[in-house]
Amino acid sequence: MASNAQDNHAPLRAQDGKKDEDDEEDFEYSPFHGIEKGAVLQEARIFHAAQTDSRKCQQVLTRLLYLLTQGESFTKNEATEVFFSCTKLFQNGDANLRRLVYLIIKELPPGSDEVIIVTASLMKDMTSNNELYKGGSIRVLCRILDSSLLQQVERYFKQAIVDKAPVVASAALVSGLHMLRENPDIVKRWSSEVQDAVQSRNPMVQFHSVALLYQLKSGDRLAISKLVSSLTRGNVRSPLAQMMIVRCVARVIADSQAYADQERPFYDFLESCLRHKGEMVIFEAAKAIVELNGVTEAELAPAITILQLFLSSSKPVLRFAAVRILNKVAIDHPMAVSNCNIDMETLISDQNRSIATLAITTLLKTGNESSIDRLMKQMSSFMTEIGDEFKIVVVDAVHKLCIKFPTKFRSMMSFLSSVLREEGGFEYKKSIINAILGIVRTVAESKETALTHLCEFIEDCEFTYLSTQILHLLGEEGPKTSHPAKYIRYVYNRIILENATVRAAAVAALANFGMRVPSLAPRVRVLLRRTLRDNDDEVRDRATMYLKLLGDDATGEQQEPTPRPKVLRGQNVSLAGLERCLREYLDTPMTEAFDMAGVPEKELVPVEASKPGAPGASGSGDLSGDLSLKSDFEEALQQIPEFADLGPLFKSCDAVELVEKETEYTVSCVKHIFASHVVLQFDMTNTIEEQVLEDVSVDVDLAEAEAYEEVLTIPATRLPYGVVAQTYVLLAYEQGTMPFGRMVSTLKFVVKEIDPSTGDEEEDGFEDEYPLEDVYCSPGDYLQRTKISNFRNAWDAQDPDTEVVDEYGIGQRDSLQDAVEAVVETLGLAACEGTEAVPPNARSHVCLLHGRTTAGGSALARVNFGMDRNYEVAIKLTVRGESQDVSESLHAIVAEG
Amino acid sequence: MPMDMANKSCMPMVKAMILLDSEGKRITVKYYSKEWALSVKEQSNFERSLFVKTCRTNARGEPEIIMFDNHVIVYKFVADVFFYVVAGTEENEIALAQVLQALTESTSTLLRNSVEKKSILENLDLVLIAMDEIVDNGIIFETDSAQVASRVTMRGKDEGFGNISDQTLSQAFASAKEQFSKHMLR
Repeated sequence: MASNAQDNHAPLRAQDGKKDEDDEEDFEYSPFHGIEKGAVLQEARIFHAAQTDSRKCQQVLTRLLYLLTQGESFTKNEATEVFFSCTKLFQNGDANLRRLVYLIIKELPPGSDEVIIVTASLMKDMTSNNELYKGGSIRVLCRILDSSLLQQVERYFKQAIVDKAPVVASAALVSGLHMLRENPDIVKRWSSEVQDAVQSRNPMVQFHSVALLYQLKSGDRLAISKLVSSLTRGNVRSPLAQMMIVRCVARVIADSQAYADQERPFYDFLESCLRHKGEMVIFEAAKAIVELNGVTEAELAPAITILQLFLSSSKPVLRFAAVRILNKVAIDHPMAVSNCNIDMETLISDQNRSIATLAITTLLKTGNESSIDRLMKQMSSFMTEIGDEFKIVVVDAVHKLCIKFPTKFRSMMSFLSSVLREEGGFEYKKSIINAILGIVRTVAESKETALTHLCEFIEDCEFTYLSTQILHLLGEEGPKTSHPAKYIRYVYNRIILENATVRAAAVAALANFGMRVPSLAPRVRVLLRRTLRDNDDEVRDRATMYLKLLGDDATGEQQEPTPRPKVLRGQNVSLAGLERCLREYLDTPMTEAFDMAGVPEKELVPVEASKPGAPGASGSGDLSGDLSLKSDFEEALQQIPEFADLGPLFKSCDAVELVEKETEYTVSCVKHIFASHVVLQFDMTNTIEEQVLEDVSVDVDLAEAEAYEEVLTIPATRLPYGVVAQTYVLLAYEQGTMPFGRMVSTLKFVVKEIDPSTGDEEEDGFEDEYPLEDVYCSPGDYLQRTKISNFRNAWDAQDPDTEVVDEYGIGQRDSLQDAVEAVVETLGLAACEGTEAVPPNARSHVCLLHGRTTAGGSALARVNFGMDRNYEVAIKLTVRGESQDVSESLHAIVAEG
Repeated sequence: MPMDMANKSCMPMVKAMILLDSEGKRITVKYYSKEWALSVKEQSNFERSLFVKTCRTNARGEPEIIMFDNHVIVYKFVADVFFYVVAGTEENEIALAQVLQALTESTSTLLRNSVEKKSILENLDLVLIAMDEIVDNGIIFETDSAQVASRVTMRGKDEGFGNISDQTLSQAFASAKEQFSKHMLR
């Protein structure tokens, strides 16, 4: 303290005009002004002097440390030199100097061959009477010693753990925590000392010893659970230690099996921690309760009550901690948090933007239908004040909310379109567009509004990538709308006003209108002819090509439209192969037309890891993929010529695994439903390295599903190790019906062995079969989950004669919410008007469901749930549909399931 | 490094302590996490954007908190010094606030209530030792600021802080002056 404190008089305040004299002022301001590594290293030589001046040495060490904290790097030689000279300073008895020496050794740790030079000095400090020397030297030793040297000093560490001075005990315990990684065996021998240290009255020693004890036992499940139960009964006082115990308890609960009817172990302990006097412990306990696996509303209630109190705290840290946990609860239990809505709404205007954002996103999850309009209004003013990454969070939340309350899509869409017009970065804009498209996927009637908003957006969009993506989307979706003509102006404006990339995309989009809507073709031709003189060659080339496809040559003369070539239909061609073939073609006299048939197909690429999430799911968080309204499946199926005439894809069911996990082959089945056909798509992987399969197909037995007729099978030609390949079976059924049944299926293929040494495969294979689990078609497959805004109107609009009523018992359930989710899932319908959420502790509930049939009609269901004292659930299912058949099919689903 | 431990153990971990001046320039820092991988450039980018995000908030009374760049950061401003404590997103906010409190209060004790960039630089050795006493390689070591301050000055806990006999002349003078002015103001 002695040296630097002399200057400790009140610092001079900066005079006015500070900005102008920045440099000059720095000079006065910092004692390190103009510091240079080389000079400091020179100064460090005084450490070698016979009589060291401790004040001077401290200054030099501080300068070295300053250089290090400013990010200056030292070469190996420089570091070694500093280290060696520092070792000399152990002879000086000045306490402050010694602390700086400890620091510098920790900052510039010596090489393993140099360590030996300081160990003796440090060990002397470790056994000295000065507790601060003891603690300090232990912490340095743990950083630099290897396991063999450690064994020599281990005894002192053990003694230190039970030292009566807290600073020494803590130093030894924390060192133990650090050393566990490299030398767990040594530390494990200390457990009885650590156990003693838990009894210490010092809060930090309690904390460190609990932490170390937990770590020491963490490999042994039984020991851990014993330790935790003894700790929860013990009298640990320190909040940090208690917080540690809560974390350990949470870990033990997560690892232990929970049984439905059994009381959750340690829940009472967590609940009692909610009343701890340390806020740190309260929040840790609340977080642990919230994260319990399958937590019930009753278990959540006390935690939420406590957290709610903190929402109005004057301390930002507490408000933040509370709203953050509640935000997490709201994801799975929005009803449980709804009591806090009033406090949350005040937090929207919180000074701290992190808190405000968490409050907003919580409200977006917990809010009910009536509060949405108000929320959207409040948010519009709030959006300009927060950073892009928060905006993305909000936009995502709005997207999710719209899926929940599709009736409110208008106010949400207008919110999204207004934020789309504001300033913002690329990722933010992209997330808005993704949200808009997500809404279109759930609420079909919002499509035209959305396209109009997007059209307006590209009028003034600075991101070329987004413009081109949206133009492509317009080209795909625009022609299918009721007034395709109105989009042409927007698209053509891009051709006049934008850069070459966007112009080229606009030409392609425009051409799409011409090709899909014959009535617009003449107008599109006129517009395309104008772009023939564009100054960019790509734009000119595209225009020329599309004009040709539209039956027009450059002279403006009408001709027969050329059929769309294979490449444009997105066929599975290998681009490298196409390039090679075209080069070869250029070398020929080019008297014959180029033949696409010679171009190789894209090769199968081995999958590294299975993609998370089912493909085709509405990718709310997915910012990487291209913008499209089509599912991945739709695009994949369109590329198969045999399926070109099936009409639009109605629905793709979720993939079902047909074999046990970890067998020779994995096969999963996705059912694609078309108006009068079903495509069974089997995704197969071969997990045997020494085999290649050829001519792979799935044989489907229709004996128990007579309503179907097999049309054709497309086998996979080749299935090498580690790639995913597809085989398809096309089935036909009578349009408008909803046939169901079970199909026994078998994988058939030719196996060829591969010689593991050479990697060559054998010439001859043999035929083989592999049994798969049955493929099951349910009437639910023919229903699309679509939400409607007014269930009552739709219900009354249906013919009452189609109504079919029946009652079913569906057995014991954990809660009514469980039962609702199960029934909604089985029926394949979407719950409307938020009726999928059951209020807490309800004994009965009504759920309103809606779905669309392949014929475009509706299927509506009203499900009354009731639960008795033994958790037995009974339902009354009332169905109306476009026909009695539909209603009966829905009953068949429940009866079968 | 201990940061990898954070996942396996339940150990609360501090990733960094940062002291910036009123223009966002580094006064002193200590990073414990490998994330910044000792790259000075990444560190100063992080400090820069953290400063820009936080400098307009009023964190002079109660400490403030921000979620930023996948970290939870508690911070407090004293005169022209901005103190930050950085940790992972799942860390207990109140524990971090205690670390921050230990840092600001022990600094204030050690610098005799004149916490300013200038005085911190002039007493950098004390501040560095204090930081070392608060967090040891990411693990919270001591959160009682009085303890930290007395350990930094190498006095045992019983002796307390501010024993006149150990002070140099100028220190004694300074504390006398302080005492004097207190009396005058009464």
